[in-house]
Amino acid sequence: MTEAGVAHVDVEEVATTVDAVAIRGVTKRFGSGDGEVVAVDDIDLSIADGEFFAMLGPSGCGKTTTLRMIAGLEFPTSGSLKIFGDEVGTLPPNKRPVNTVFQNYALFPHMTVLDNVSFGLRMQGVDKATASGRASELIDLVQLSGMEKRKPSQLSGGQQQRVALARALVNRPKVLLLDEPLGALDLKLRQEMQLELKSLQRDLGVSFVFVTHDQEEALTMSDRIAVMHDGRLLQVGSAEELYERPANRFVADFIGQTNLIEATVADGDMIVLGNGSKVLAPSDYAAGTPVAMSLRPEAISIGTRGSVPAEHQADSLDGVVSTAVYLGHALDYHVSVDWIDLEVRAPAVGSRGRFQPGDEVSVWWDRSSNWVVAD
Amino acid sequence: MAAVFERDEIDVEPFIHGEEATPEFEAANIAQDRRRGLLIALPAYLYLLVFFAIPLLTVVVYSFATRDRFGGADLTSFNLDSYVELNDQLIRTIILRSAGLAILTTLICLVVSYPFAYYMATRSETARNVMLVFVMIPFWTNFLVRNYAWYVILGTDGPLSRVAEFLGFGPTRVLFTQSAVVLGLVYGFLPFMILPLYASIERIDGRLIEASRDLYANGLQSFRHVLWPLSLPGVIAGSILVFIPSLGAYVTPQILGGTGTSMLGSYIVTQFLTARNLPFGAAMSTVLMVFMLAATIIYFRKGGRTL
Ligand SMILES: Nc1ncnc2c1ncn2[C@@H]1O[C@H](COP(=O)(O)OP(=O)(O)O)[C@@H](O)[C@H]1O
Ligand SMILES: [Mg+2]
Repeated sequence: MTEAGVAHVDVEEVATTVDAVAIRGVTKRFGSGDGEVVAVDDIDLSIADGEFFAMLGPSGCGKTTTLRMIAGLEFPTSGSLKIFGDEVGTLPPNKRPVNTVFQNYALFPHMTVLDNVSFGLRMQGVDKATASGRASELIDLVQLSGMEKRKPSQLSGGQQQRVALARALVNRPKVLLLDEPLGALDLKLRQEMQLELKSLQRDLGVSFVFVTHDQEEALTMSDRIAVMHDGRLLQVGSAEELYERPANRFVADFIGQTNLIEATVADGDMIVLGNGSKVLAPSDYAAGTPVAMSLRPEAISIGTRGSVPAEHQADSLDGVVSTAVYLGHALDYHVSVDWIDLEVRAPAVGSRGRFQPGDEVSVWWDRSSNWVVAD
Repeated sequence: MAAVFERDEIDVEPFIHGEEATPEFEAANIAQDRRRGLLIALPAYLYLLVFFAIPLLTVVVYSFATRDRFGGADLTSFNLDSYVELNDQLIRTIILRSAGLAILTTLICLVVSYPFAYYMATRSETARNVMLVFVMIPFWTNFLVRNYAWYVILGTDGPLSRVAEFLGFGPTRVLFTQSAVVLGLVYGFLPFMILPLYASIERIDGRLIEASRDLYANGLQSFRHVLWPLSLPGVIAGSILVFIPSLGAYVTPQILGGTGTSMLGSYIVTQFLTARNLPFGAAMSTVLMVFMLAATIIYFRKGGRTL
């Protein structure tokens, strides 16, 4: 985080230990009676100053609602929500030091790019000349110089996205909220914008709260990620933590690809797999708890039947290749072991070393890969 | 109203093709669409011809004719006499009064309708439909009957007077005043303001309002800079739909207004039926129509880009 950036020097000087956003026991319900929806269910969340924080989860899990509560566009049914230590409760959006980049941008269609970007400053009482000057700087920053006089409808999706970004950032918010800001862009542009957003955030030193349902996007951009499901917060952690030590079955499955092998906790840090074999996999779950062992495809090795190295004998299975797909950089196998199907990602090797469907193989993995998750 | 109809036809015309047209066939398709569109619009054109263009032309022709001794029109001698007669103090007073009352009616309708239309547009689907039905319910009763209902309400012995008396204001008679006329006009034309306003507010993306609030606009600023400019098409359409019939209103001023509050519509009717000066009444109607047409065209030209 500490490049020789210019813009974030003053932010570091403050050396604040207060969370940019602190959410404690916040619940949001919509409707009442039979039609009641619990959009956000008792979540606790701390977002640090200057952090790139992602909220990840499938559609309808409550990401937008959480973001809107931070923005003040929705008020919590219960719980506490603080922005830089101040309880914001039911403070209206115009009284909060945060700005939002809306899903589909919500640019004012009747205003030019310049008027859109200077809007926030004008509403705060900044005079027209100063506001236009600052807006022009931001328009430069997002590389839209020369487009000031255009209407949003005369811009491409990517350009509109940049206007939305400039319109929010011109106000120098303490926290920038982004709701699936790249969702409407095509893949190539999206990847470009991911990098730009990330470096912009680093330069400005402002907290970004970034909502997305795209786990790859969350993994590549964020310092920390919160995974949500059905209104509940399942896990908060770095990309590495989420990938290697998922807190439960949903996170393991949602982040990247994984093989979930059904098992039951036995005594002495052992678990019993579906076929009766015991493997060493320490966890905190009580004996008898139904769990699954999460095994990443790239953590599994594949070889001819019986070629399992001695040290991995306990963590191996025999099977038959059912499909083999060449991916360029890797080979993707599906291996049928008597009671399950395993996905194996092996480095691409010369065609001699490849397996074909029907080949009898053994698969094995390092004991340290054994990771137990429950529901 | 002519300008309004023309716009509708433009909207109806372009039929969208399901299959993709190659450039060579596109011209032929457009020509075919034109013909098909014309065929579909034919009943409407016929209706306009019979009930709009022909009566209109008749009025214009009569306005240049001379009044004969029996209160008819001499269609052999054409001149501008009736138009010259229009330059008269009484006529000017009536025109000014009518325009004033029509503007007042339009403004009151706008102020009353806007919050209601906004409220309606931001409710749930079901609530909106229920409210729409309530807006339309008055149309189920004859306009004349509804005006007589106000006649009763506003009269000396009417409920309004009773309430005023009860509250210690003494007997009140609103009937036969300009206030009664404006009240009646507002009541009668309110739906024509509410509906276009509702339609245009309903189309506005609610997130734009939220975005403005997020960008430090308070409620009033948000209204001024986002909601109002985006709802202008509805404001313009509603204003035209209320102003024009108010200006030429006949029934309401006749029933609720007194002798001293005569408006253009009533005056024209008097010229045709009582004074039996057909050319003069026709000239006045023609001027009124030209004025309304001009106003409508200017309005649409100005709001053309947003409409
Ligand atoms: N204004 C609302 N009224 C009723 N239900 C809502 C409203 N906003 C969101 N919800 C519901 O709350 C849940 C979470 O929605 P949302 O936060 O938009 O999810 P996400 O952004 O993760 O897709 C959904 O079930 C949604 O239907
Ligand atoms: Mg969402």
